Amino acid sequence: MSEDMLNHKFDYVLRLADNVMVLSQRLSQWCGKGPALEEDMALTNVALDLIGQARLWYSYAAELEGKGRTEDDLAFLRDAHDFHNFLLLEQPNGTYADTLMRQFLFDTWHYQYLQALKQSTDQQIAAIAEKSLKEVTYHLRRSSDLVVRLGDGTELSRKMMQTALEELWPFTGEMFIDDEIDVAMQAAGISPLSSALKVAWDTHLADVMHAATLRLPDANSWMQKGGKQGVHTEHMGYLLAEMQFLQRAYPGAQW
Amino acid sequence: MSKEWPLWEVFIRSQHGLAHKHVGSLHAPDAEMAINHARDVYTRRNEGVSIWVARAGDIFASSPGDKEALFEPSNSKVYRHPTFFPMPDEVKNL
Repeated sequence: MSEDMLNHKFDYVLRLADNVMVLSQRLSQWCGKGPALEEDMALTNVALDLIGQARLWYSYAAELEGKGRTEDDLAFLRDAHDFHNFLLLEQPNGTYADTLMRQFLFDTWHYQYLQALKQSTDQQIAAIAEKSLKEVTYHLRRSSDLVVRLGDGTELSRKMMQTALEELWPFTGEMFIDDEIDVAMQAAGISPLSSALKVAWDTHLADVMHAATLRLPDANSWMQKGGKQGVHTEHMGYLLAEMQFLQRAYPGAQW
Repeated sequence: MSKEWPLWEVFIRSQHGLAHKHVGSLHAPDAEMAINHARDVYTRRNEGVSIWVARAGDIFASSPGDKEALFEPSNSKVYRHPTFFPMPDEVKNL
């Protein structure tokens, strides 16, 4: 494998890792504060699933890099511009409606993307995708169900879900923009093009929003981008400061 | 939120067990969500392969005050236990 290709692949696997790591960190901030015990546990279960997936991706990224860094080094000792997650996932938790809507928008993408990754020519990537998909299938079922219940719920819950959808909408475009790395990965048979997922994502989204009686924002409206390339929103630094504090303050601390 | 949700009793069939066993209760707005919640609250450590939920209000219980009338009479009837029959060695699984 050429040097360029190896670097691209390392960056590519980091994207997969950073997505689930950052969302897991956000979800874990709800621990103990959920609206009901049952919801609290359900959401933190999702956070735990995602951190398990992040560990698999980070371990593989570290192996690809081959410079002796570990999964922990990659998670706790990189700065914001080295993280390649979608901007959507670093957005603050907001209300429970915001959190659920963010989850639903990501789960829909995540489910479709992992389905496609199962066909990857890279055995390790295909295996991690297949393992993750079992968890993500439940995540998507759960978040779709809750979006419908709250969208088609009371006047207040509907309004909150609609607001959440509109506020998060500008962060959804990035998931379907191909860059140099996507193109190289697709050419090598490692991943699908990001843009190839758009139709399936739109279809599921339209179905759920229809059932939820929510109005989809204009598909051609202006979209934010940059997370995949390491250009983040102002929230990212604070998120990492909290997540990485211990390893930064006490390097190498273990327990 | 949970104050407005009805109470459900949860029954889980474990990996090796034959029957569903009562494991606890939870709140949920309907049966579908009760099963989801049961999955999230009671099967986190790989406890089960099947979940039943029933509205707590739909379960009827014998009264503790009837204990003597209901159960005392069977106390003195040892002949109802099939322990007095010699079993041939070839008979397994009894």
